[in-house]
Amino acid sequence: MTLAPEVLRLDQITKRFGALVANDAISLVLRAGEVVALLGENGAGKTTLMNILFGQYVADQGSITAFGQPLPPGNPGAALAAGIGMVHQHFTLADHLSVLDNIMLGTRPLWSWRLNRRAAHDKVRALAHDFGLAVDPDARVGGLGVGQRQRVEILKALYRDARVLILDEPTAVLTPQEADALFTTLRRMVARGLSVIFISHKLHEVMAIADRCVVLRHGRVAGEVATRATSPAALAALMVGAEVLRPAPPPGTAGLSRMRLNGVTTPDAEGAPGLKAAMLDLCAGQITGIAGVSGNGQAALSDLVSGLIRPALGRLDIAGNPAPARWTPAAALAAGVGRIPEDRHKAGTIADFTLTENAVLETCRDAPFSRAGWINWRAARAHATAIIAKYDVRCPGPDTRIRLLSGGNMQKLILGRVLETAPVVVLANQPVRGLDIGAISYVHSQLIAARDRGAAVLLISEDLDEVMHLSDVIHVMSEGRISAPIPRGGATVAELGLRMAGEGFAHAA
Amino acid sequence: MRLEPIANPSAARRYGFPALALAATVLVASILSWIAGADPLATLGLIVTGATGSRLAILETLNRATPLIFTGLAVAVAFRAKLWNIGAEAQLYAGAVMTVVIGTSAWGMAWLQLPAMALAAVAAGALVLLGPVILKTRFGVDEVVTTLLFNFIMLLFVSWLVEGPMKDPAGMGWPKSTPVDRDLRLPRMVEGLRLHWGFGLAVLAALLIWLMQARSVLGFEMRAVGQNARAARFSGIAVTSVLLKTALISGGLAALAGFSEVAGLKGHLTRDLSPGFGYTGIIVAMLALLHPIGVVVAALFVAGIFVGSDSMSRAAGVPTYIADMLLAVSLLFMVLALGLARYRVAWT
Repeated sequence: MTLAPEVLRLDQITKRFGALVANDAISLVLRAGEVVALLGENGAGKTTLMNILFGQYVADQGSITAFGQPLPPGNPGAALAAGIGMVHQHFTLADHLSVLDNIMLGTRPLWSWRLNRRAAHDKVRALAHDFGLAVDPDARVGGLGVGQRQRVEILKALYRDARVLILDEPTAVLTPQEADALFTTLRRMVARGLSVIFISHKLHEVMAIADRCVVLRHGRVAGEVATRATSPAALAALMVGAEVLRPAPPPGTAGLSRMRLNGVTTPDAEGAPGLKAAMLDLCAGQITGIAGVSGNGQAALSDLVSGLIRPALGRLDIAGNPAPARWTPAAALAAGVGRIPEDRHKAGTIADFTLTENAVLETCRDAPFSRAGWINWRAARAHATAIIAKYDVRCPGPDTRIRLLSGGNMQKLILGRVLETAPVVVLANQPVRGLDIGAISYVHSQLIAARDRGAAVLLISEDLDEVMHLSDVIHVMSEGRISAPIPRGGATVAELGLRMAGEGFAHAA
Repeated sequence: MRLEPIANPSAARRYGFPALALAATVLVASILSWIAGADPLATLGLIVTGATGSRLAILETLNRATPLIFTGLAVAVAFRAKLWNIGAEAQLYAGAVMTVVIGTSAWGMAWLQLPAMALAAVAAGALVLLGPVILKTRFGVDEVVTTLLFNFIMLLFVSWLVEGPMKDPAGMGWPKSTPVDRDLRLPRMVEGLRLHWGFGLAVLAALLIWLMQARSVLGFEMRAVGQNARAARFSGIAVTSVLLKTALISGGLAALAGFSEVAGLKGHLTRDLSPGFGYTGIIVAMLALLHPIGVVVAALFVAGIFVGSDSMSRAAGVPTYIADMLLAVSLLFMVLALGLARYRVAWT
């Protein structure tokens, strides 16, 4: 069998940031009509490599060839002009413009006399039809769902005649059904000779869609394998350098109710739905998992449990008693609610504060960390040192600014901060997002240990695998509604997927 | 061209660029005085000796630095919590007004009345800043605009006071207030010399603020709110309450500048009590990188430039405006230097 022509070649790309070698002689070849998965933990160098390809950074060494032509470094326009398109994890669309305007944006000179909208309209329709990307060109982007927006992003690239499409974590925001539709689209694209680079953490997706996998570790290519000749376990081993076992944890034993939402409704905020008459019971010794596509009220649930918002209707009970009327983050902490926030960079930590300062952020008002309004920095530093040792936070020391830590180590510090207070309720909102496999299994084992010590753990995650793997009981969220509890093993992925898409809720909005 | 952050800037970078900024400021000063027709080196020498060349010059510089330490601290404390208090000028005048009000009433107990003047001044300055901050936390009104506009309102209010209800009957018609009683002035720090205890109070305030920021829960919370209000709120810090307390402290500090100018130096209130001490306080705070002890150093530097330029102007005939230009230039270079110390310029 003759090999298809090369469309993209990254040759010996090296990029250093000071002492850190982000990319160390990385080579990658993409051929026409194939899907190559780019795998790697956070910090493995995927983002740096893509930023070099798109001219955001200039490589210290190495060259890029696209369709036989060298790609000039440091020019973001060059990659686009060469027919390489990228769909970022966070979309780059203008909400107030129509789908067509978004697609045409930037493809025309700013001062052209008239835009040939009809031709553009026809081209978009044809592309949408050819690749199964159902979306109305005249709809306003602001009114579209996440899956549809992603289709617009793909159409945008195709409209510019991209022959290579790079997708960065494309399924993070999709339901299983939407992800399947995306894969169908990708298969149609490669059938027509287009090529795809698929960046992902999720091994089963990579197995399903990719022809080849390139695994990065610590800035180097750790291995390159044909998908049909490998297994998820082998890929995971390449990523972290060791076999990762995922035994299902033994189930917890449910105890008394620690927190109960009794028909709680909260206002909608910033385009995300609030809770709609939500019923939820968090019991001691159990992990309660919340499955759902992001943006379906998880933020409101998390904010409510954290103390950032209060119920507009309904009641929040803590250990059988009504929650304090002034329900604030401080009140939640006082009631024994430990919180691991979704955004550890912006809500969980203060980037320019040291590990010590971040470790006592929530407890600085209490003994032994302060007395009569004065902080005991010695006690605080000892506490941080203890967390660093006990939770294996890899860092130069407690006086390091936390911004210098990797996401996993940052999360371990937050985990230690929360668990060292012996909380009765633990909120874990997307606790392993963006972490490498080693950190993921560590965080999971700590959550299970907290459960076994009698804490009621609330796990909110977009990753259905994670929810099904850890939870003793699962609820599905859709448009602010919370489903009835589903016991462990009580539903298949497909059934949960249907729930996530909004089916089967008793009180439809 | 792009700026790439440097994770751990070297000592050479952190101190080298500010030193370079100082050198560049001197260079610009030389060019300016050369344009004005004077010998650049002589001009610079005159500024330095004018500010530090004699005991009198040094005391004058310390006196001039006193209100700048207070307003610099006021700005530094507020900016640390990302509360943009541009209204130190208004708070200074509010403090000065209350100093005169209490200082011209007959109590007969000077030992009680002088502290009462200071406390009343602090309360007035705190209240003047509290208004804009309540508007900010309640309704999201930008405090840059409200505090700035308050400066003009307060100046007009003071104009009315010194022309009307507070006008000195023995003032030969000049728009100035009745003077504060002789017994109610801040004593001299050294007998027979012009330096008053306002300077000591200012340095003490700087030390207390430093201690507060480094060691107290409130100081920690103020830094947390300034660095990341969202994380601060999430971690249980009452952000609104911290901002209000910051406003009280910042406004109070600025008001002490007014108190010390009236009770330590002038004795009465006029419309030109402050030649922009409130605004210069912003420069002082920025030069000090918002550090309270740095504020003392920066205030001495700025006061030295003002005093030195005054004296140089008399001797060399270069206009005193060179002082304002020097300050502006030094601030610009310093901000640039601090940026370059932490970022690398990448040419692409």
